[in-house]
Amino acid sequence: MSAISAPPLGDVIVAGSGVAIAYGGVTAVASADFVVRRGEKFVLIGPSGCGKTTLLKAIAGFLTPSRGTITLDGKPIGEPGPDRTVVFQDFDQLFPWRTVLDNVVYALGIAKGVRGAAARERAREMLQLVGIERAANNYPHQLSGGMKQRGAIARALSLEPRILLMDEPFGALDAITRSQLQLDLNAIWRKTGVTIVLVTHSIQEAVFLGHHVAVMSNSPARIVETVDTSAVDDIDSPEFVRLSHHLRTLLITPESEARALRGAAE
Amino acid sequence: MSWRRLPTTLRYTIVIVVMLSAWQGYVALSHVSPLLVGSPIDVARQLAVDVANGKIPTATYHTLQTLLTGLAMGALIGFAFASFAVFSSVGRDVLAVLTAVLNPLPAIAILPLALIWFGLSDRSIIFIVTLATIWPVAINTDTGFRTISATTQMVARNLGLRGPRLVVDVLLPAAMPYILTGLKTAWAFGWRTVVAAELVFGVAGSQGGLGWYINNARYYLLTASIFAGLVVISILGIAVEALFAFVESRTVLRWGMKR
Repeated sequence: MSAISAPPLGDVIVAGSGVAIAYGGVTAVASADFVVRRGEKFVLIGPSGCGKTTLLKAIAGFLTPSRGTITLDGKPIGEPGPDRTVVFQDFDQLFPWRTVLDNVVYALGIAKGVRGAAARERAREMLQLVGIERAANNYPHQLSGGMKQRGAIARALSLEPRILLMDEPFGALDAITRSQLQLDLNAIWRKTGVTIVLVTHSIQEAVFLGHHVAVMSNSPARIVETVDTSAVDDIDSPEFVRLSHHLRTLLITPESEARALRGAAE
Repeated sequence: MSWRRLPTTLRYTIVIVVMLSAWQGYVALSHVSPLLVGSPIDVARQLAVDVANGKIPTATYHTLQTLLTGLAMGALIGFAFASFAVFSSVGRDVLAVLTAVLNPLPAIAILPLALIWFGLSDRSIIFIVTLATIWPVAINTDTGFRTISATTQMVARNLGLRGPRLVVDVLLPAAMPYILTGLKTAWAFGWRTVVAAELVFGVAGSQGGLGWYINNARYYLLTASIFAGLVVISILGIAVEALFAFVESRTVLRWGMKR
């Protein structure tokens, strides 16, 4: 149990009810109900192809639900915008023709109208927050994968989004870098208090980072259970092990395997 | 000491010196008429004379001015086509049909038509150079736009970019490797077209650029001048290659978008 990790019991910021998303004629999400509260880290976990990324893209506004509604501050989600910034898994999300600092400065100018010295100062603060201020004047291709992801987080946070959306942001990193970034993301969250929705397929990451973990299943793609993981922070604690085990049971069961087989046969 | 350990510049210099010596040796030993082949020394002397008296600088300026005007217009129209094709499926089809029909057509084949429309003037040459350069720019830019990663596009939408801003700030730089390839091809097409058209103009008696200079030298059997004109054309080609290499080193290579 760790007090610093517990989310403030904020009001609802994003809510989905009966969300179904069809994607090129295929039902990617069959039904999803979820609530994200202000200031919490909300994790979507599930097997590959379960629609977790699709759901995140719908919150971002890249996709429109075919049924049900997703709201931000009570209003239906519209076009993608800087109030819902997204950090992707791919390393090419920083514009390669701008330096790391310029990537943040440019985003501030376009999305917030902040320019000149004010933008540069804010961009430097953000790079400092994610720990890559020394790479400010480097081009993205000169950075390691982990540093590129830090740069993307800095750019996303500089726009002061209502909610930070992260699509398997550490999925392409090696295990050591990944653990370091998980720790640092927690530190960044503590400093900024930003609301985060994070998609992952790592149980350890979900329990470690999440306050709530929504577990999704394959065929039909839906949220089967939302687990409260806000009380655990220490990965060696019995409670961490118990919750990880619980998630594993939800994700990997003979039943889910049979369901997947039935789904494939249909 | 093995050949490949020598510095590149030295190796190239040796190759050039050997080739020039063979040329000079052939002219000196074979007693070939200077009306047929000029020796490297004669060509160099003629080059120096015609540079000094302003003939070659004037002709070169004229050719480059015509070419750059046509190239600029062709590139602008090419970009416009590609941008149109990115935002609408109609534009995409228009571009596909136009390139399929017009790209295989050597621009010089349009010169007679251009002469009817614009007369024996630079406007005819600018017109066909424009036609020669639109398609390589349009096709390559279009391919560049289409190969922009889904992530880059989503980042741009996430920032709220759209319209001309999206094209200038994200699509153009993201497609830069393809755009530079398109411009290089356009330059090569335009360069061949402009020299060929000037040769035809020379035949037609009009005055003008390097093609005209070469053809004019033929009238007076100034073979060394013909060679001098060819040397200038070749050197300009090398200079432009170097210019493109410089632009690439400052853009796509620096950005890690091309290795």
